[in-house]
Amino acid sequence: MANSETPLLDDLEKGPWPSFVKDMKQAAVKKESARALLGQLEQSFVDNIGHWKHGGIVGVKGYGAGVIGRYSDIPDKFPGVEHFHTMRVNMPAGWFYTTKALRAVCDVWDKHGSGLTNFHGATGDIILLGTSTDHLQPCFDDLAEIGFDLGGSGSAMRTPSACVGPARCEWACFDSLNLLRTVTRTFQGQMHRPMFPYKIKIKISACPNDCVASIARADISVIGTWRGNIQIDQTEVLACAKTMNIQTEVVDLCPTKCMSWDGKALTIDDKECNRCMHCINLMPKALRQAKERGATILVGSKAPIVHGALLSSVVIPFMKMDPPYDEFIEFVNKTFEYWDENGKMRERLGELINRLGMGKFLKAVGLKPLPQMIKRPRANPYYFWREGI
Amino acid sequence: MATRTDFGPPDYETMLPPIIKKNYGMWKYHERVKPGLLKHVAESGDELYTIRVGSARLLSTDHVREICDVAEKFCGGYVRFTSRHNIEFLVSEKKNVDPLIADLNKRGWPIGGTGHSITNIVHTQGWIHCHTPATDASGIVKAVMDELYDYFGSWKLPGYCRISLACCLNMCGAVHCSDIAILGIHRTVPKLNHEIIRTKCEIPNVIAACPTGAIRPDPANKSVIVNEDRCMYCGNCYTMCPGMPVADPVGGGVSIWVGGKVSNTRSGPAFSRLVIPFLPNTPPRWPETVAAVKNIVEVWAKHARKHERMGEWIERIGWERFFEIAGIPFAEQIIDDFTLASETYRTTAAFKW
Repeated sequence: MANSETPLLDDLEKGPWPSFVKDMKQAAVKKESARALLGQLEQSFVDNIGHWKHGGIVGVKGYGAGVIGRYSDIPDKFPGVEHFHTMRVNMPAGWFYTTKALRAVCDVWDKHGSGLTNFHGATGDIILLGTSTDHLQPCFDDLAEIGFDLGGSGSAMRTPSACVGPARCEWACFDSLNLLRTVTRTFQGQMHRPMFPYKIKIKISACPNDCVASIARADISVIGTWRGNIQIDQTEVLACAKTMNIQTEVVDLCPTKCMSWDGKALTIDDKECNRCMHCINLMPKALRQAKERGATILVGSKAPIVHGALLSSVVIPFMKMDPPYDEFIEFVNKTFEYWDENGKMRERLGELINRLGMGKFLKAVGLKPLPQMIKRPRANPYYFWREGI
Repeated sequence: MATRTDFGPPDYETMLPPIIKKNYGMWKYHERVKPGLLKHVAESGDELYTIRVGSARLLSTDHVREICDVAEKFCGGYVRFTSRHNIEFLVSEKKNVDPLIADLNKRGWPIGGTGHSITNIVHTQGWIHCHTPATDASGIVKAVMDELYDYFGSWKLPGYCRISLACCLNMCGAVHCSDIAILGIHRTVPKLNHEIIRTKCEIPNVIAACPTGAIRPDPANKSVIVNEDRCMYCGNCYTMCPGMPVADPVGGGVSIWVGGKVSNTRSGPAFSRLVIPFLPNTPPRWPETVAAVKNIVEVWAKHARKHERMGEWIERIGWERFFEIAGIPFAEQIIDDFTLASETYRTTAAFKW
């Protein structure tokens, strides 16, 4: 048998964790492009550098987004990946699938692409990894035939995503999947046709555990919350006491110290609770969120490029989140408009707010200043009297 | 046929298993039965079992079909994925749970990633498909997860530990709020190709793209000049202009950041902080990076109190103590010198020796 062409990658077939190299080799049996990808990746492992050229603008008819152009910088050596474009395919909310739908996606991708995928990309899309320019339109047409549309890319609204929500979680404070579908459908145009200063992201988590990391990576973060008293089932509290130390594991770790436990009953001073979820996470049978539920809206988070990473901050402490979500959609529209009007090229919403001031943003979207918006007041005396004295 | 556009993703309602449709929004509580196995109980009394399986994220279509085979055999033809690239098999009949686990074990698919475990590493494309990477993604993730494998399928840790990897500062994986972040970094200034800059780049946009103001116009040359002392290699200029590549076989590598989280529990969301500014790219298994990550996990596991995340533990003991007990040398790059750096300086005389 001939020596392996990919000795470095072969090493990553060993070990207990699932091996992406095995999947690449599986695809390489059927597809020349997957075989070339394997070869080029081995070359990167030898050279300690990537082998893709800078960008490239390709797409499908009517859209400016959804396809990431990619070209090898050593096409003579690996002609199979001379063009190797990614298609971002918008996933169903919550990443639920019938196997029928998944198999249909696989069949389309075997027909048009490398047979390699990501389930899923960081944004949430299904990533179909690698096809040639001439296959883009036919591939999209076939995807459309089976009911799959493309996601966002470039200076567009990126594919929004949401946690599993009420489909399988008792902590969902609103229907994150329905909100996601509504947002995605409402802003299809802004997702498929880049027309903004830069990318903009909406991520939806239905409780403060924030399973989609919306507070870290969304220009508009939606995080489920509640008002009122946490519902306590004291019988279940006593059951919990048999398997855990309620004092040290729950009460002592409460950030606002609003709980007490006397060995018989758990009490919560709900007015002082900041709804962090720690106690509810630990005692899901005994504690349930209050009945009045909705979401906190925060804005501005992003990764480092350009001026450093930001977390989102509160702008609407509580919003009811019931269909048709008019209030939220209106907020998104006003936010898009303010940012589109004032943002410089490649300036994310959080950076724009830092440059022009939170006060201007609040005014533009019609929000009143509230103490819930800040961690602490300013410590400098450099403020304006914009309304005069 | 005219191309149809803007029809949107498939309706999730068509993708939900019957037990979920029936109990949608009416789940009462859940239990963590054992690592990788969740049991959700609805108000109706229905029970739903979820078996979570780790995946490499990069899947061949044949592998996806194999996932479908399993879901058809045990789950009525339904399956879901998590935000961290895990596969979830949803079982509505308890009697199917053990046979499904046996089947998964036979295939060698890892079960775990729930509760106080190390779940799947969120990561980016790396050398497989990215044009700005400073390191690979899938290769490092595989090497790290092989080494931390036992923590995926067990509950040996004091709390959650979320590891993420991004292959450059663009951070497609938004790794900046992870218990441990593995981040690709460049260390060399852009190599200017004036011919490309002249013909392909919008020079004002390139200049505006620099966060430190290190790029200025060179009108005589119809190109740009980079003030190398001010450049910190973010690569944003290259994103704007193909004539300014920053990737370099020796300059590129890995940095390690710790103590971030996204959930609001207890201490609230927080950024990860730099603790190791550079480790070399050493494919195929990046032993220096794997050892650094494993060390940090195990030092935390040994010293943290129950439920304490990495950052909560470090904030309790102090960062000076963290560097000491983790045995990590304190590098000059750890002291911030970007905008608002002084927020991270110690403004009290109270500290530990």
